[in-house]
Amino acid sequence: MYLSSIDLSLILEKLILIVVVVSASLVVAMYTTFAERKVAAILQDRRGPNRAGPFGLLQPLADGLKLFFKEEIIPNLSSKFLFVLGPALAMLTACMTSAVIPWGDHIDFFGRNVSLQIADVNIGILYVFGVVSLGVYGIMIGGWASNNKFSLMGGLRAASQIISYELAMGISMIALLMITGTLSLKEMVVQQQHGFWNIVYQPLGFLIFLICAFAECNRTPFDLPEAENELIGGYHTEYSSMKLGFYLFSEYINMFISSVVMSTLYFGGYDIPFFDESVLSPNIAAILGVAALMTKALLFIFFFMWVRWTIPRFRYDQLMHLGWRILIPLALFNMLASGAAVLYFN
Amino acid sequence: MSTLTNRAKAVDRSPMSFMEKMYLPAIAKGMMITFSHIFKKKPTINYPEKQRPFSPVFRGLQILNRDEEGRENCTACGLCAVACPAEAITMEGAERLPGEEHLYREEKYAAKYEINMLRCIFCGLCEEACPKDAIYLSETFAPADYQRKQFVYNKQELLIPHPKENPEAYQQALGNRANKATTN
Repeated sequence: MYLSSIDLSLILEKLILIVVVVSASLVVAMYTTFAERKVAAILQDRRGPNRAGPFGLLQPLADGLKLFFKEEIIPNLSSKFLFVLGPALAMLTACMTSAVIPWGDHIDFFGRNVSLQIADVNIGILYVFGVVSLGVYGIMIGGWASNNKFSLMGGLRAASQIISYELAMGISMIALLMITGTLSLKEMVVQQQHGFWNIVYQPLGFLIFLICAFAECNRTPFDLPEAENELIGGYHTEYSSMKLGFYLFSEYINMFISSVVMSTLYFGGYDIPFFDESVLSPNIAAILGVAALMTKALLFIFFFMWVRWTIPRFRYDQLMHLGWRILIPLALFNMLASGAAVLYFN
Repeated sequence: MSTLTNRAKAVDRSPMSFMEKMYLPAIAKGMMITFSHIFKKKPTINYPEKQRPFSPVFRGLQILNRDEEGRENCTACGLCAVACPAEAITMEGAERLPGEEHLYREEKYAAKYEINMLRCIFCGLCEEACPKDAIYLSETFAPADYQRKQFVYNKQELLIPHPKENPEAYQQALGNRANKATTN
């Protein structure tokens, strides 16, 4: 009886955490679409959406509502099951990644120690990589099932692009893992709280990781899978209504999650810079930590947008050249150099 | 060799240096340019709340004028209709009856006066043709409606508000152009 009651509260605690994290990432993604339009406008000396609600804050709701009310078209010659599966898979994988991210330290809830991480698995970063590489299936299936050349081309491009850049990303990660000596994201953050942030040890690794994150999120300058002026809409050419919304939305969730992952890996996660959290009570420290992580993530999201409105798209051969002939050798060099440094200093 | 304007630039086809090949400095430079645009003044005017000031010669929708006592100026002479290159104006005259002196300034008036705003090209020739200062182009613009026939404006829609009964609306409808027209 005693055991089961503990399990129940643990399940309840995790369930609440999952609901909060998933809905929070959905809300952040929703407002990222708004922020994207606003940032685009500001960088181009325009005003951006400002009609729906005060400062246009209700714009994402209006956009979502519009997508729901649009006509739902499924092409006659598409394979219907896969056509529906594509966006669902994209959305699912986008939401799944947030499970292993430590959003903050633990909070003290009536004497109960509640960790602000859904699952502290000891292979956390591998899980992130696994789920992210599953994400490409959503795009590939969507491109294939549409029965449209442009969609197929977009899907193909997405697949080869993500595979190419995942390599460099993984190798740049290995260098980081050699330094931290752990795969658990929580432990990495704790290490960074006590020492320097990982960006200090791994500037080149971070740069490679950042570039690859852009490519993984299909963001400009690597948005070839949906290059409008070459492929109409790429893999989502045939999609309409909320299925299109899911694709677009999952892209924004991916952007948010990769921002959070980058902050966690290289910028100390929920660590507040130049400040010792242990002097505060755990609850306040946890809340401030979540705020710190969110601030870092939002800065990254702004950076994503800022780059989008600065750098034009790569040509496809340039993309492959950058991925295979520049980033992978650089990442390999970085890995070897870090390995040598670890050997030398230990 | 001296060039004509001193603005000619020689094309540099030398191979890229290592710094140029890295792209990153160039990207950083570009990013700073876009970042600087955050602080630029935006030329957009928030239209319905704020309106761009018109030039003094702006020609908007026509308005039929009244004199200070609120009597209609128009005598239905038809000069505006003749002058109109788009043939947008039609009218019918009528004789003023005894007891209607407070309504019409002269003994003939327009019983019916219509302007088709879809035909009108807002050239202002009606205003120039009018000997009675009865019609002029206001600063109102961008009319919107659901039906084409609604764009044929009748006399009630064209007439300026009564200066005695509704002085504020009269002043507003008068705008800047009317003052200019009366001083000429």
